[in-house]
Amino acid sequence: MKPETEAELADIVASAKAPLEVIGGGTRQIGRTKGDPLHSSGLSGIRLYEPEALTLVAQAGTPLAEIETLLAENGQRLPFEPYDLRALQGTIGTPTIGGVVATNASGPRRIQAGACRDSLIGVRFVDGLGRILKNGGRVMKNVTGYDLVKLMAGSHGTLGVLTEVSFKLLPAPEATATVLVAEAETTSAATMAKAMASPFDVSGSAHANGTTALRLEGLEGSVSYRSQALANLLGGEVATFDWVAQRDVHAFAGVEGDVWRISVKPSGGPLMAEALRRLGAEKVIFDWAGGLLWVLASKGSPLRPAIKSGHATLIRGEGQTFPPEPAPIAALSAALRQKFDPRSLLNPGRMA
Amino acid sequence: MQMPKPSANILARKAEIVACLRQVLPENAVIDDPFETKVYECDALSAYRCPPLAVVLPGSTEETAAALKACHEMGVPVVPRGSGTSLAGGALPTEDSVILGVARLNGVLEADYANRFITVQSGRTNLSVTGAVEQNGYFYAPDPSSQLACAIAGNIAMNSGGAHCLKYGVTTNNLLGVKMVTMAGEVIEIGGAHLDAAGYDLLGLICGSEGQLGVVTEATLRILAKPEGARPVLIGFDSNEVAGACVSDIIRAGVLPVAIEFMDRPVIRAAENFTHAGYPDVEALLIIEVEGSEAEIAEQLGKITKIAKRHNPVELRESQSPEESANIWKGRKAAFGAMGQINDYMCLDGTIPVSKLPETLRGITALSQKYGLDVGNVFHAGDGNMHPLILYNANKPGDLELCEAMGADILKLCVEVGGCLTGEHGVGVEKRELMHSQFGVDDLDIQMAVKDVFDPKWLLNPAKVFPLDASEGRRQ
Ligand SMILES: Cc1cc2nc3c(=O)[nH]c(=O)nc-3n(C[C@H](O)[C@H](O)[C@H](O)COP(=O)(O)OP(=O)(O)OC[C@H]3O[C@@H](n4cnc5c(N)ncnc54)[C@H](O)[C@@H]3O)c2cc1C
Repeated sequence: MKPETEAELADIVASAKAPLEVIGGGTRQIGRTKGDPLHSSGLSGIRLYEPEALTLVAQAGTPLAEIETLLAENGQRLPFEPYDLRALQGTIGTPTIGGVVATNASGPRRIQAGACRDSLIGVRFVDGLGRILKNGGRVMKNVTGYDLVKLMAGSHGTLGVLTEVSFKLLPAPEATATVLVAEAETTSAATMAKAMASPFDVSGSAHANGTTALRLEGLEGSVSYRSQALANLLGGEVATFDWVAQRDVHAFAGVEGDVWRISVKPSGGPLMAEALRRLGAEKVIFDWAGGLLWVLASKGSPLRPAIKSGHATLIRGEGQTFPPEPAPIAALSAALRQKFDPRSLLNPGRMA
Repeated sequence: MQMPKPSANILARKAEIVACLRQVLPENAVIDDPFETKVYECDALSAYRCPPLAVVLPGSTEETAAALKACHEMGVPVVPRGSGTSLAGGALPTEDSVILGVARLNGVLEADYANRFITVQSGRTNLSVTGAVEQNGYFYAPDPSSQLACAIAGNIAMNSGGAHCLKYGVTTNNLLGVKMVTMAGEVIEIGGAHLDAAGYDLLGLICGSEGQLGVVTEATLRILAKPEGARPVLIGFDSNEVAGACVSDIIRAGVLPVAIEFMDRPVIRAAENFTHAGYPDVEALLIIEVEGSEAEIAEQLGKITKIAKRHNPVELRESQSPEESANIWKGRKAAFGAMGQINDYMCLDGTIPVSKLPETLRGITALSQKYGLDVGNVFHAGDGNMHPLILYNANKPGDLELCEAMGADILKLCVEVGGCLTGEHGVGVEKRELMHSQFGVDDLDIQMAVKDVFDPKWLLNPAKVFPLDASEGRRQ
């Protein structure tokens, strides 16, 4: 099923008798579910773009690339640098903006500009009863009623089918520079913390293979000043770095093994990496100033016992995708799902 | 403004309820002397007041849980309270409710510079969070004008903003985790020192829920390294329209200041009379602040002033010293107080798409003429968060009602042009009945269904946020 309008989509959900698998571009396979395919890609198109207000409203099935192209033409961008999972997961298809929101996909700039959920300012969606609902809007500051916008971001289509999403944007930077520091993993967390403690407004902070990379973005003169100052502070040098490869984890693309995405307290990263290696991890790439670990592990490695705080999602491989939640949180989540989708029709089991 | 009729049954059981609270809390944590509970009768929306049944001031999360559990079992409504600076009546009690104040929970539990967070008890004031970390070169970004007094608890409940949120975001963008007690007395922890949730974003849901989903007792907040420096420029224009166009052009040019504040003539004059900040007598004034090293500041201000000059400003004053910077901000920061010197005022908080600024200001002027009440505008122009201040005389019969009616019309105008009722102050009781103009029946129902999950008996701050007719069935 591939509805062309929100009303059509609402009718499909309202009259559904069996579970539905909600599909945007089908390029982000996180969690498993079974149901009749319900495609949102028929709901496509940018509804409103006001560059001087830094806001964009698009239908959920709009290709991400269409949005990024339009913004680039106007010297703007989505702040949170959504990653693309196609290379890593070997999926094909066209990533949609709805899929980005449903998975709260946020790249290296998360540490500076926030996650997808932080830039998302409004949603329209169809709940499990087929009701068309809205929350938030198209303005940057809005505390009118509960913030269901955040709740919908990262809910993986289990609370409603997104039909329209609104974002606040940022100007694209005039210049970008990266400072590289050659060092071992064990010292990288401290280097990244030192960079984040500087006043230089780091917008990307990663480590892999003996190299720590720190990104600076902004006006020409400012970036040249800050990159020199940061290189001096850390004993590094200004060089080039492939932030797209970092964002999309190209290093693990086509390489055999499970892939995990783990969010932790940044300073604990290296120690956790050690613990993960003892359980089967082969390679670890750090992002988010050490707070995000992308881990390649031999198939079926049971990594969860090493994760004492923070959370891990299995992005590629067989096994439980999402971490188990503490009982009171699990109870709240289940109760919310019951309110939004009382008939358990929307991506059932996906986040279990 | 109406509040639901208090429960006669609860009022009759007052002595028993207070005795029960004294059993589970230390003696000095329960206040029922009507003289001592007087300060809890209202928040900063002081036009409305009501004595609560009692006030409890727990000294720990455990005591908070004990108090909530007791109230839950007795079926007594609870109104959480931070510092009582809400402008929306969020902390306004009803006669049959217990105020639960977190003012005594004001400690710092952990400051972790390597991981850039601080964990505090929720009653700690906003400014003293920055105070706890600034000697190490850090700050907590959201800076509501009330930051000297308001508590992190209230900031989280209202998802408060501040002058610098254009760059740093509002509370929800700087909140990493909470410890919270549900109405039933269960303690839950959400989030922590890591980023984002694996499951549903419950933290995002709690932030801005106006004390209706749980009582927050601890918060983990993101702290940031202080910028090297900051400097404002003051730009005066002889028309609101041109000032609005200038703001659009600056944003369009790819410069992102940390703050763009806008004042119109009535506010400029009031602020100048009150603070002698040296403001020019113009139609519209912008204060634009940028951050960075000396060279970076110069680079940004260079771009901004070049754009501003294209709009023929009447006055353009780049701060040359810290004293001058302080002076430029002084008038803006005292703007509300200055208006308060002229008369009583009601402060609105609607947000509009910035492209609709001239149109909205014209609409507000027309309403001001229609109702015969003066209005001044001071607001965060970069993000469209308006703060029209309507002047009225509280001692003149009918004036408050007139002012409320005019306020409602202004907020409806904000919604009509594509905006919302409240950008940072919250709905509380003030905008409760206007929610119908922004949301459909189902939009409100799904929000109330969220409250059903966290507080099935609807005992926590029940008469807020949702129009009374919409929530009536649930509040029974
Ligand atoms: C002069 C002035 C200037 C202001 N400037 C700004 C501004 O620039 N930006 C802005 O956003 N706001 C501003 N405000 C509004 C107000 O300061 C904020 O809403 C603030 O966050 C309220 O904090 P508080 O601690 O005083 O909360 P209170 O007024 O005590 O309570 C506010 C709400 O929070 C709930 N609450 C309190 N404690 C808890 C808790 N522990 N758990 C759950 N819920 C709780 C209450 O029930 C209530 O609904 C201003 C107010 C004044 C008087």
